This record gives sequence, C-alpha cells and structure tokens, in this order.
Amino acid sequence: MADNFEPLIVTFCCNWCSYAGADNAGVGRRQMPPNFRIIRTMCSARIDPEFILRAFAKGADGVMVLGCHPADCHYIGGNYRARRRIALIRLVLEQYGFDPRRLKLEWVSASEGEKFQTTVVNFVDVIKALGPTPVKSKKAKDMSDNTTVKAAIKEE
Amino acid sequence: MTTKSALVIGGGIAGIQASLDLADRNIHVYLVDRLPTIGGTMCRLDKTFPTNDCSACILSPKMADAAGHPNITCLTYTEVEKIEGEAGNFTVTIRRKARYVDEDSCTACGDCIAKCPTRGIPDEFEYGLSTRRAIYIPHAQAVPRKALIDPTKCKMILDGKCGVCAKTCGKNAIHYDDADKVETLAVGSIIAATGFSVWDAKAATEYGYGRYANVVTALEFERLMGAAGPFDGHIPMPSTIVKDKWGVPDKHNEATKGPQSIAWIQCCGSRSHKKKWRQYCSSVCCMYATKQAMITKEHGDVDEDIYFMDIRSYGKEFEAYIIRAETEYGIHMHRGSRVSNLEEDPETKQVTVNFTDKDNNPCSKTYDLVVLSIGLEAPQGAEEFSKILGIELNEYGFAKTTVFNPLETTRPGVFVTGAFAAPKDIPTSVAEASGAAAKAGAYIVNDPSFEPCKPKVYPAEKDVAGKEPRVGVWVCHCGINIGSVVDVPAVAEYAKTLPHVVISKETKYACAQDTLNEISQFITDYDLNRVVVASCTPRTHEPLFREACRNGGLNMYLYNMANIRDQCSWIHMHSPEAATEKAKDLVRMAIAKACLLEPLEGAEIPVTQAAAIVGGGITGMTCALDVAAQNIPVHIFEKEAELGGFARNFTHKEDGKLVSEFLAETIKKVQDNKLITVHTNAKIKDIPGYVGNFRVILDDGSETPVGAVLFAVGAAQYKPVEYNYGSDAKVKTYVELEKEINAGKFTGKDVVFIQCVGSRNDSVGYCSRVCCAAAIRNAIAIKMADPTANVTIIHKDIRTYGFREDMYYEASKLGVRFLRRCNDAELPAYDGNFVTAYDTTLGEEVKLPVDNLVLSVGIAPMREEKEELAKMVKVPISKDGFYFEAHQKLRPVDFATEGVFVAGAAHWPKFMDECIAQGSGAASRMLTIITKDHLLSEGITASVSNPQNCNGCGTCVGCCEYNAISIVIGQDGNPVSSVNPGLCKGCGCCVAACPSGAMEQRGFRNAQIIAEIDALLDPVMEKE
Repeated sequence: MADNFEPLIVTFCCNWCSYAGADNAGVGRRQMPPNFRIIRTMCSARIDPEFILRAFAKGADGVMVLGCHPADCHYIGGNYRARRRIALIRLVLEQYGFDPRRLKLEWVSASEGEKFQTTVVNFVDVIKALGPTPVKSKKAKDMSDNTTVKAAIKEE
Repeated sequence: MTTKSALVIGGGIAGIQASLDLADRNIHVYLVDRLPTIGGTMCRLDKTFPTNDCSACILSPKMADAAGHPNITCLTYTEVEKIEGEAGNFTVTIRRKARYVDEDSCTACGDCIAKCPTRGIPDEFEYGLSTRRAIYIPHAQAVPRKALIDPTKCKMILDGKCGVCAKTCGKNAIHYDDADKVETLAVGSIIAATGFSVWDAKAATEYGYGRYANVVTALEFERLMGAAGPFDGHIPMPSTIVKDKWGVPDKHNEATKGPQSIAWIQCCGSRSHKKKWRQYCSSVCCMYATKQAMITKEHGDVDEDIYFMDIRSYGKEFEAYIIRAETEYGIHMHRGSRVSNLEEDPETKQVTVNFTDKDNNPCSKTYDLVVLSIGLEAPQGAEEFSKILGIELNEYGFAKTTVFNPLETTRPGVFVTGAFAAPKDIPTSVAEASGAAAKAGAYIVNDPSFEPCKPKVYPAEKDVAGKEPRVGVWVCHCGINIGSVVDVPAVAEYAKTLPHVVISKETKYACAQDTLNEISQFITDYDLNRVVVASCTPRTHEPLFREACRNGGLNMYLYNMANIRDQCSWIHMHSPEAATEKAKDLVRMAIAKACLLEPLEGAEIPVTQAAAIVGGGITGMTCALDVAAQNIPVHIFEKEAELGGFARNFTHKEDGKLVSEFLAETIKKVQDNKLITVHTNAKIKDIPGYVGNFRVILDDGSETPVGAVLFAVGAAQYKPVEYNYGSDAKVKTYVELEKEINAGKFTGKDVVFIQCVGSRNDSVGYCSRVCCAAAIRNAIAIKMADPTANVTIIHKDIRTYGFREDMYYEASKLGVRFLRRCNDAELPAYDGNFVTAYDTTLGEEVKLPVDNLVLSVGIAPMREEKEELAKMVKVPISKDGFYFEAHQKLRPVDFATEGVFVAGAAHWPKFMDECIAQGSGAASRMLTIITKDHLLSEGITASVSNPQNCNGCGTCVGCCEYNAISIVIGQDGNPVSSVNPGLCKGCGCCVAACPSGAMEQRGFRNAQIIAEIDALLDPVMEKE
C-alpha cells in the first residue's frame, strides 16, 4: 500500500517569496516529486483557515503553507499572522482526527529554490509515511457520508 | 523642438532607481548599460547588510519594473560614444552592440545554449568561477533575459564553421550577420550611474591572490556563497572544487569540501600609500565582510576571523550588526591587525595568515579559506568616459562633486549618482539616484516644449457583467521546455472538455508576438470574456498577457495563468506522465478560478499638487528647492523662528566655502522662491489624510492641503553630562571648540579630544557617524595654526570613511596623536588637569596634560519630537529613535505609509553632503506623486463586500499593517468596517481574519480560491 500511494498535497504560496522560491526551484531545474499543486495568494496571511480545512475535507493528503521568512514579509507582518493561525488550525485538525503533521508551515524566500525542493521532498516523505488521508479511508468505508469532516468546514 | 528624454547611463541599482523615478513622473528615459543585462553589481550579491535581505529578491522586481516601464527604453549592450550640446539639449551618440540574437524573438528557452559546441569560456558573471558557451544568457535573472553571442568566440562568426544554434532555434532569432548600430538620442539631461570597479587583488602580491587556490576576493566569495551561484550556496574550499573538462564546477562532487575556517582581510587595496593601493577608505568592506561571515555561520559552524584596522560601522544600525556578529555569531574580530602576508601550504593548500596582534606580537593562524576584502575604485575606463561626458574627475578618478552640490558634475545638465562619485553602499546610492533624478528632471520639465508621456489608449473594455464565462485557453510548449516533459497537445485537448471553455489551443511560444496578437484577436472573434494561459510564471509574464487582454478590449483582471513550466515541467523532468496530470490539474484550477474572476478597476485618487516639508534645515530646504524647481508649490513648516536648522551652528568651511555662507544663500533662495511658503514657529497639531490628500493642521488652526509630506526634522546634539561639562571651563563640545577656532579665539596648547561621548555605549548603542571627521578637522586646524600644540584624539575606531580618510592621514602627518581606548566600556579618566589614556604603541598608560578637553558628542535622535509626528501619519521609529524607512536598502527615503518621506538626520546622523543628496532624493520621491493629478490604486484590494455581515468588530482594523481600514457608522447607524482603497496594499490578511465573512479580497475572493481547491480535489467539472 505504502509503496504505490501517491499523495496529493495542496500548497499555498505567497506571491512575493515562496511562489518566487518555487519558480526559482524551476529555474534551477531542481527535481522533486510531482505530488503537489500550488495555489497562489498575495500573502500567507490571506490563507483563510477555511481553505486548509476545505482541502483536507475534500481529500488532500497534506497541506503546505509557505511564506516569507520572518521579518521579510512583503506586507510587513503577514507571515507572523499566518504562523499563529497555522498553530491554531493544527489543534483543530487534531481534534478532527488528522495527524497535525499533515499541515506544514515553512518559510521559503524568493531565492531559496533549494529550500523549496527539500521542503517538498521531505513533506512528501512525511505524508507517504502517514499514509492516505483519513478522509479517503473513511470514504472507502462509507462513500455517501463523511459528516465528521464536513463539520470541520465553516458554513459558506 | 520636441520633448526631450533623460539619459541614464548605467543599469545598476542607482541607474534603475533614477530611471524609475523619472519615468514615474511621465518623463521618457533612455536607460543605457554597456553590459547585456541591467542589474549592476547588486544582482551578483548574495545577501545585503544590515538586514541580510536576499539581494536578488529585492532587486529583481526593480529590474522587471525598469524593463517593462512604458516610459523607459532599456538599451542594454550599448555604449555611449559622444555627447554634444548643452544642458537641456544634448545629442548623444550611442553604439548598440550586435547581439546576433533578435531580442524580440528570443524566448530564452536555452535550446541554443545547450547545443553550442564552443564551451569553456570564463563566465564574467561568476567572476570566472564557472564557464559559459559562445552563445549565452548572462545569468538566470538577466533583464532582458535574452541570449547573445560572444563574437570573439563564436566559430560561425569567426570562420563560418558551425551554425548549430541557428538551426536549433525554433524562433529563427539568430542572425550571424548582425552588426553594431549607431544611433543618436536627443536628451535634456544626463545621469551618470556607472558604478565602480573593484581593486585588482593581484597587486597585493603578499596575499598570493591568483597563486593560492584558497585565497579569493570578497566578490568571488559572494558567488561561492550565493544560493543562485555555481555551488547552490554550499560554500566550497576552492582547492577541492572539481571541474569538468569545460571548466564547469561539479556542484555535488563528493571531493568538494566546505571550509572549516575562514579569515577576512580588510582594507585590501584601501587605506594605504603603498604603490598601486588606494589611499581612501572604500566605505563598505567592513560591513560586507561581517555580513559574509554571519551568513557563512548560518551555513554551518565555521571558525571565522576578521582582521582589520578600524571597524567602520557608521551607517544605520550597522554598529548593532557588528556587535551581533561578535557576540551572537562568535566571529573573532582582530582589531588593529594589519596582515603582513599569507603563505600557502603546498600540500593541504591551507593558507597561513601572518599578522601582529593588538599588543604588537607577531602571530599566525592557518585557514582553509581566506577572503580579501577588496576595495572599490573608479569604474574601469572612467577616464575616457569622463572625456565623453565632458566632466572632471577627482584625484582618485571618481566623478568630481562638491559637498554643497553632491549630485552635480562639473558639466551643467550632467549628474552623477551611486559609486561613480565615491565608494558607497546601496541605500546611499538609491537615495542619491532619486536626487539625481530630481535634478535631471528639472531640465526636462522646464523646457517650454515639454509634454509628459501620454498614457497608452486601449480599446473600450467589453461588458462582462452577468454573462456566462467564455474561456479561451492557450497551452504553451515554450519551445521544448514544457513540451518535452508535459504532453501539451493532451493538456490542450483536455481543456476543451472543461466547462465554459470555448477554445483551447497549443502554442509554441505563448509570449511571442504572434500568440499575443491572437489572444487579442480571439477575444473579439470568439467573444471570449476570460483568458487562461498555461505557460511560465505570472511573476514575469502576467503583465505581458494582461496587456494582450487589454489590447483585445478585455479587462486585464479577467486573465489567469497556470504555471506549468517553472513549477511543473522543469521540476518533474523524469516523470512526464505525472507532470502531464499535474499540468491538467493546474489548468483546470486556473480555469475554475478564471470563471469567477470579475473586472477590476483601480480606484482613482485625486492628488493635491503641493508638498509639505516639516523642518527647515539644509535637508528640508534642499528638498523644497528641488520640488519648486518643477513648478510645484511647497510649504516648509519650521518650529523655530528662522530657517537653517542645526547647520546654523557650523562655522567651518567645506570645499573652501563657509557653511554659513552656503546656508545664507540657500535661505535666500528659499525665501525668494514664489512657490515656497515658509511657516516659521509652526507647531503641527495633526496630519490627517492619505497619499495625495494630506492636510497639515497647525496649532493656530490653519490647514494646508498637500499631496505628500517629508519629515526632515533633523536630530540634536547629545548634551554631555560627562567630565563636568558645564562647570569645568576646559571641557567643551567640538562645536564650541570650532566656534572658538574660527573666531580666532582659540589659544590651547594641550588639546585632548575624546570620541564617542554619547555614542557607542550602553545607553546609546549606535555610532554618530560625523564626530571622527569633525574632531580631525579641528585637530588639523589647531596643528596648522600652531604646530607646537599637543593634540591627541582618544577613540574607539577612527571612522573617516570614503575620501575623508585623507583627513586622517593629514592629521597623522601633522603629528596629531591617535590613542585607541583599550577599555570599550570606560571613558578615559580626567582629573581636571590630566587625562589618563592607554597608548597601544607603548603598551602602557600615559598621562596627558590638558588645557582643552574636547568632547566629540554624538547625535541624539530627538525621539519624543519624532514620535509625535510619527503618530500623525503612522510611521515607525527605529529602536535607536530615528525614523524607520520602508526598506533599509531600496526605499531609504520612503515610509511604508505611502506619500510620507524622510530625509537627512531625521533618518540617521549624516554629513552635510549626504543630507543634501538625500533631500534631493526625497524631492524626487515626492514628485512621483505630486506631479500627477490623480493616482490609480491597485485593483487587487480588500473590500467590505458583504456589509450586511459586518458587525464592526474591528478585527480587520487591528490586523491591517497599512491603517487602511477604519470602523465607520454605516447607513443603518451601526458600526461597519470601511477600506480605504488608496491605502490598501491587497495582502488579504483582513479577509482571512474576518470572522463574519464580510470582507473580500478582489482578485482573490474566497469563492475564487475555494474554486481552485475544489477543482483540484473534486473535479466534477467535465462538460455534460
């Protein structure tokens, strides 16, 4: 099972540092597993807890939030807010039966293509070790009902 | 006569800043660089002091700005050959060197480079640490990122035997018959920003540079340590580098070891009268060496030593940086150590540093790597270039300027900025670049025929409200960059199956003009109302495709991008199937978001075309004159009864002219200028408003509307409590001494200066920058008048940076005695008749008789006064009590609050020439706002989209870094949040924070981001 499990990871990147860092990884042709998809926001502080919970609820095996290094935020202090929010979301995730290691926060600057690469490589390893999201195993058991997870989503 | 352009020569950070400032005022600029890319020296640096900001990260956006600005014509690989005419009306002859690659067609795919057989050419950008081929792109962040051929190496150009690159190029961009083009430009004024060259370390034969493998220059070390350098930031011991037969280093070779110990040797090429060495101080090496040592420590635990004479950390927050390096990072600082020579161990290739320690004992220590902190010198070819420019150089070969006119060369209409005038750091260069732009702009806008660059006219935007999304998709091959990994035709076919997609096409180069035209055309032909391009990164290419949308009559915010190159094909080269699946996902997500995009408009903000300057000192008056020179009214608010500020205390001469005389002239100019209104005895009560629309309210109730505000409130002299100052008549400050000297009343014989009184101690951590030069200036005056006088200066370091080093040398020659305090914490003892000090040369304490004890008192920030003003416009104060600018490196006179600026000693202690240059710099920054009649705010901003959900809790107010949100009383009488689009920067922090869903970020709405998430994880989008 663990051998052929290919996780799907939602990655939120801020426009100014980590998205640029991901581009930099590309410019440097740094190879990494293709298990992640990037969603760009202007600042890591834009990432509403709802987005993260929604991604998990819809079956993401892991979520990464990548922002500017402390003190480097393009918007002065957005990354500090993201850091606090992520800490709180981890608590929520745990309460809903997710391993909090499925949510990762990391700082990647625009020049850190290599750090982007190692962050992705390591996180994919972590998620592979953790196995598929409990949402999917739940789905496997009961395709029609995953109310536990739905409850985690804020009302739209 | 037609409107003139400005010419900026040199595309480093100074040239870029000067160009952007002019262009932002709708003045057309030619930005010329002799190299094939702009970026100068800064784009080769790894990090920058004292913030350790990544250099490329902060510079790249400026480079892209300059290259993409509609009012800037960027002429790289171009030499200036002749300048005729006069200020206001120059004719400039330029030579555009043949690139052999058509800039418009080249897409920088790199295919030609991969095939070029002519290899092993030393890579200039990497200082020869790596090699390039005959066809090359200067570096990864080059702007323009276009290939060019080195005609001295290309086999096809040399003897017609090759032609591989032309065959490889899918765009037919390569033309071996390309030739130089000579053109003439009509310009009104010229800014020379040609930067500096570095000293040739081979002249220091005792250091073995070029012979010892493990001795490198500081610039080479920048590349060795740089994340984007040839070793990915893993610093190698150069003797262990393994290169292939073409000289390209193998960055992952196991034989390559990292150094365990590194020494930096300061003043390499500087501060010496040795043959071929420079006598001046290069101003930046102490800081960059410390930065390199700190960053290296972050890479791994390395034993590090810095050998220096004085540490010159005189700039903003530099002193704290040095202290951190020593105490937190454990970098060993060897003060007063001049290294006599280096020796290489022929086997281990380690290098032994032979030096004398602070007690004059001969010592040696062996290192894996030695970095030479090479000095800065006038740019290569400055002499010939000065003849072309028609300007004079100073004795060291830099552009000649004066203290009172630091930006003017000897030829009217030709200005200088950056390190071409003297060695200087990045923020000083940036502030001066703006200053030069202010001066240069005056020659252009005052020409009666001047007409500002007109904004481009676009076709009317189609109304998309309430219409079903009709999406056009273009999937790019990017030559083979995407297509060789991702199955592009499959992705394009897949896109056709997705809802709302009207047309989906593959294209070889989406960014090529033919596809751009097609996008514009299809918006009409297929009635598209959304455009998605799957190609490279929006960071570089979004403006291009947005422009194509605008040209086709579609609001540019109805465009979205899927990054399937940088973040897909390039990083998953060995998994083509998975990469294709990922590309499909990314395209599906981009389309899902695009369908929900809405047209956005930046809000139009009216601008009051007037400036407020708080503080009527030299800085404020300089700024006022520069703003008024462009026909904009200025109000100076001075708290005292008269203009002049702190400079009224100065009695000395600069460049042979009395400061008081210059001050009187400047005051007269200000008073005679009809556009400048001086408000003396002005007490400011409040400054409400925002960019373009401030009101300065005084205590007397008067209100002055302005568009921009400058804080040039200066600083004060530290009032000493040490040495019985005030009760002992022998004890005086240097300003008091100077007054005595210049009034001819000074009679002392035994004069002792004590440096750093009120600086660099436990309560005031910083260096006040100006006191060393002031003490030496007075010491020289005393010695010149009476060579028998005993003059001693007791100091911690002598910080006569730049050409001020000449004064230090002159004072030493005149017999002024310099004693370094051996105990940093304690001031030398004084008993009313004698000062006890330690003489490092004798190695013992000496008792010096005193009839004049001169205190070199520091600069106090006047924190309270600054805080009062700061609160009115919500700008920060630094920990030392000075104003804290938006960005220490690249926005030295801007505040994060738009429309508010800082200059002069309010920003940091500085010399008069630096205040004047910064005052001009602030003028230019203000002019970018107040020369316009309105500003357009960014379309991607927060808005209270669902006010019915808002209960005025104020969470958003608290989390906004820009004070853009306030709670107002809504129509129903209840409190509701309100966003000022003029202040909002569009980070979206408040949207995520809003607990009730009232806030939205336009362009990044909750529904839009959720659509991306759902499209990825819940792909129920297939067309029925």
